[in-house]
Formats: sequence, C-alpha cells, structure tokens
Amino acid sequence: MTHNRDRSLDVDALARVEGEGGLHVVVKDGAVSEVAFNIFEPPRFFEAFLVGRRYEEIPDITARICGICPVAYQMTSCAAVEDAFGVTVDPQVQELRRLLYCGEWLQSHALHVYFLHAPDFFGCQDAVELAALDRGAVQRGLGLKKTGNQIMTIVGGRAVHPVNVRVGGFYRAPARATVKALEGPLRHALEASLETVKWVSGFDFPDVEGDYLFVALRDTGRYPVEAGRVVSSTGLDCSPGEFAEVAVEEHVARSNALHARLFGRLPYLTGPLARYALNADLLTPLARGAAAEAGLGPECRNPFRSIVVRAVEMVFACEEALRIVEAYEPPPAPAAAMPVPAAGAVTDAGMLTGAGATEAPRGLLLHRYEIDANGLVHKARIMPPTSQNQLSIEADLFRVAEAGLDLSLEELTHRAETAVRNHDPCISCATHFLDLTVETRS
Amino acid sequence: MTGPKRRPSLAVWKFASCDGCQLSLLDLEEELLALVEAVEISHFLELSRAVVAGPYDVSLVEGSVTTSHDAERAKMVRASSRFLVTIGACATTGGIQALRNYAAVDDYVGAVYAHPGFIDTLATSTPISSHVPVDFEVRGCPVNPHQLLEVLTAYLAGRAPRIPGYTVCQECKAAANVCVLVAGATPCLGPVTRAGCGAVCPGVGRACFGCFGPSATANTSSLAERLSADGAAPAQIVRLFRSFTASAPEFAKESAAHDA
Repeated sequence: MTHNRDRSLDVDALARVEGEGGLHVVVKDGAVSEVAFNIFEPPRFFEAFLVGRRYEEIPDITARICGICPVAYQMTSCAAVEDAFGVTVDPQVQELRRLLYCGEWLQSHALHVYFLHAPDFFGCQDAVELAALDRGAVQRGLGLKKTGNQIMTIVGGRAVHPVNVRVGGFYRAPARATVKALEGPLRHALEASLETVKWVSGFDFPDVEGDYLFVALRDTGRYPVEAGRVVSSTGLDCSPGEFAEVAVEEHVARSNALHARLFGRLPYLTGPLARYALNADLLTPLARGAAAEAGLGPECRNPFRSIVVRAVEMVFACEEALRIVEAYEPPPAPAAAMPVPAAGAVTDAGMLTGAGATEAPRGLLLHRYEIDANGLVHKARIMPPTSQNQLSIEADLFRVAEAGLDLSLEELTHRAETAVRNHDPCISCATHFLDLTVETRS
Repeated sequence: MTGPKRRPSLAVWKFASCDGCQLSLLDLEEELLALVEAVEISHFLELSRAVVAGPYDVSLVEGSVTTSHDAERAKMVRASSRFLVTIGACATTGGIQALRNYAAVDDYVGAVYAHPGFIDTLATSTPISSHVPVDFEVRGCPVNPHQLLEVLTAYLAGRAPRIPGYTVCQECKAAANVCVLVAGATPCLGPVTRAGCGAVCPGVGRACFGCFGPSATANTSSLAERLSADGAAPAQIVRLFRSFTASAPEFAKESAAHDA
C-alpha cells in the first residue's frame, strides 16, 4: 500500500455547505502530517460598517451575515443591545422570539439533515439523487423545511431576513388566529421529525469519536435557544459578556475567519453535539424518548452522528413551537420601550456596553456592542459558531484522515468532506469561506 | 435536431453574499422537485457535489465582487453562460458590503482582522454588471422566490420575464396597509423602492428600508424633501439611502447630496 504512504488531498470548493471553503490534507510516510479547513469566503466587514449606525438598525444589518440563520443574528443583536440598555423584555414577547427561533431551527436543521448531510450516507452527490432513491424522504424534508419557513413568515414577516424583529421585541405581534393556524402544520411536522430520527438513526456511521470541549448555553429549566448562561463540559459557567472576555480569537493566514480558543489556548466545539451533551436533561420527554430509541446516550462524541442529534432537536423544536402556539395570546405591547441612551449605565468613556448570546442552529453566537450617548454603534464584536468550531473541525479532519489511511483517495476525500459537513459550517457567517484540498503526494 | 429534447443546464454561482438568495431557490419547496426535473442542475455547490463542465444555458449569480480573484471569476462565469441572471441586492447593486465604498477599506480590515496583510480584498464592493454584461437582474435582499421561478419559467417558455418595475407603494395600497409615511410621518423608502417583496415592512407597521433598490423611475430628491419637512436630519437621510442597496446609482446620488 505504498501509494497511501505519501499523498495529499485537496478539495478546492467544498459542496453542500453554506459559503465558500476548502480542505487540505497531507499524508506523509503513512501518517497525517497536515490538515487545514480553509475559509476563503471574501470578507464582508460587518463589524466595521456597523460603526456609526443607529442601534435600532443592528438587527436588520446583522441578519445579512447569514441567509440561513438570520433570526440567530437578529435575536443575538437584540439581546446584546437590550443588555447594554438594561432592558428586560416581557415574557410573552420572549416566548414569541423563542417561537420564531424554533422556526429557524426547523428550517435550517431540515435543510442540513435532508439536503446537505444525508446524501453522504447514501453515496449520493445531492438530494436530487437521493430523491431518485427515496422520494418520500426528500419530500418529508421539504415539508419540515416548509413548516419552519411558515413560522418565520407568520412571526417574522418573511422567511429569509425577517422584517418584524426590532430591538425590544417586534414591530407587530401577530394575531392569535394567524399563530393558531400553525398548529396543524406543526403536528404533521412533529410526526415527520420523529420519522426523521428513526430514518437517520439507521444510517451507517464511521466509528470516530472526538475529545471535544463542549460549549453551549444553559437556560433555566428549558433547552437553550434564545437565552442562557454559557457553560462548558469543563465546568465553565458565565454570562455572555464574561464569555466574550475568555474566548480569544486569533487571525491566521489560511482563513478569512478568526479562530477562537477558550482562555486563548483550548479549541472548543459548539453546536448540536455540545447543546445535547450539556442540556439533554432539559429536552422535552418526547424528544428525550426519541433520542434514547435512536441509541443516543447522555452525550454523543461521534461527529457523524450529529445528524441524529439534529433530528432530535427538530422533534424538540416542533414540540416547543406547538406549546408556544397553543398558549399564544398577543403580548400587551409588541416591544419594550428603549430608554434614551444617556439614561443607561454609561462607562467611563461614555459608552453603553452589552453582550448577548443565543444558540444558532449550528452553534453558539455571541455579539458585543459599545453604543455611544447618541445611540450610535461605537464598536461591534461578532463571534459566529463556525469560527469558534474551526479548530475542532480541523481536529476531526485529522482523526478522520488518520482512521481512513487505507481508503482510496476518492473515499477518503468524500469522508473528509463529510467530516466538515458534520458541523454544518456556515462559512458566510464565519467570514468575518471554506476550501477542502486533499493533496496526495507521491 | 432529432432525438429527445435536452434539458437546459442551470448553474448557480456565489460571490460575496449571505447565501440567502440561493436559499430562496431551495425555499421553493413545492416546486423544487419539479424544477430540478425541468432543468439539469450542472453547477450548484450549495446543493450538490456533482459539477458538470460548462457551457451552461442559464447561470444564476448571487453576491458582489469584492476581490480581484472574484473579478476574474465573473468573467469566467460570463464566458461559460448563455443567459446570465444576477440575483439579489449584492449581485445587482453591491449589497450591504458596498458600505465599504464610503470608507477607507484599510480601516475596515484593521477593525476586524489582526493581520491585515493576510486579507485580499478590493476597496469596493460592486455589482456583477460592473464587470461583465448581464442579461437580467432579479432584485431584493433577499429575492422573492416566486420572481426567481418566474424568470426561470419565462426562460424555459422563451418569453420575457414579467417582473414589475413599479414601487412598494403600489403593493402597499393593494395590501390595504395604512401608509406609515403619511399617517405616521415615519421615514419610508416605499415611494422610491421597487416592488417585489409584497410590502412586508409596512405590513408590520414599519417603514420600507429599500432592500429591493430603486424603482424604475425613482424620484429620490422629492422624497428626501418630504422627509426633511417631516423633521429627518441629513445624517438620517444619508443612513436611509445608504444601507442594503447603497451603491444603486439613484440611492448613491441621493445619499451623497445629504452627506455633509
């Protein structure tokens, strides 16, 4: 097997991920010597052009970082600005936010499970080929995605880049009857997501486990979505603002996304595996039961099985959305009033400072803003999940390449691509882009 | 020609963008499987690993040009496409990232990255049409999926797409929304913004922020006069015209007129 002792594998433009990235693996003397997950999505400079904009404009602008998870950006922006102003929103408004966010989880997870990830387990190039094998499965995925989009349209006003979100809450609370109309589709979606768990749990998963340091939010008494404290598998427990201090980002030449390390040293993983490991006890009973039936223990460290965790989270998102829909009454006021900036707790430099963190479908998202006395953004910091996960994704690539030294170059390339897709990277978000290059040197 | 009719090939390309417009194509849940049967998806990285070499009958291009590499790639896409359609605010106007056109880009790089030397970027974000001829433009941030479907259906039927050039105001009236500008004196870009979204912002009681860009005959100076009369400060008018389609010529001109 001398041909496998020295080789290099390059995927210049990784498919079925959001954004542009690539991958590079070098095998030398029968051992993996180099791996890189490259992000070459051109930089768009959101943190820079937010400076000088009104705080009210932040959620609409940051939504444009990602067309797949705009709600995550909007919700996190709102949380950070409200933290800066010391404003707490009405619990009914918070529930409506959670409903909107469940819609985004459902459409994003359905897209990832059925269109981006599942084709890998059938040796298909895409969901179109998968539909030729199992049209019913792909239609089920489309139906789930549609229900997610319906929630986003009814609560958010539009499926991509919703327009109804504002700092403090919403522009208009949807009427009770419009929200109630989601009950029927959500009941179907709940059945479809339970079928999804069964379907994906039967896939053939490579036997690989990661020694991840998990980081996720933990909310009081419920599975984390739009709020919570930041916790880790190593005992960290802090506020989003404190987390912004301990998660240190570095800039390396191969990537237009910054790499984050905990305490400046430790790579960590956010996303479904981390959320599940740190919050499985808070899932709804039905979702917990589905997880147990699918063979998931209290935590899952096989990144290929993240598809099962996503499916379980779809069950959760449907149940949670149903719960909110059934209890929904329009809140007394759609949004909390925001005080004039000068009335807030201003720092020595005359700045209001606030941080917010939420669980985007693909992991922890953190925003931190400094706002001046005129309500204009002075400084912005955005830590998307993919830049936080980048180092853990590279560690996975290393493990997968090492475990797959006997595979053909084609098989290894496919395996390595899947290893990246396992984490549903959103490269558009991370660029503050992704390129797989497997180079076989022989 | 003899034999079965060949399906037209479709390619989807991404430049600097958020992926939301490509996603709008996948959001055609009911029509998606029918669409992929009517065309041959030959290059669509977000959907498929399979890449068929060009030329392509139709290319949909998302995103703006922000690097010298992408400026070259735009030429390659043009050369391999018979009918090139740009989709979304980024591809048709430069998008939100065109805000860099009003700043020193080195300051931007310095604000985000520790090692500016690693970053390859142009000083401007420009629409695809600034680099190569474009056959049709679909506006919006994001595009309306039904407009995308209309453009593809029209191409397959060999007719011109029916996409309105009138304003959000007309959609707003049709939806019987209360006018946020007249009734609430809220600075609204609806009178100068192209229809297509379904007037979703006034629909929730807020002002239009122009994400579909200027309408066919936008009188931006008349609107700006009205906004001033209602009390909008010049800086506010600048911010209003300088957002998601800041570099669309009509909006760029109007924001410059108020930028002291």
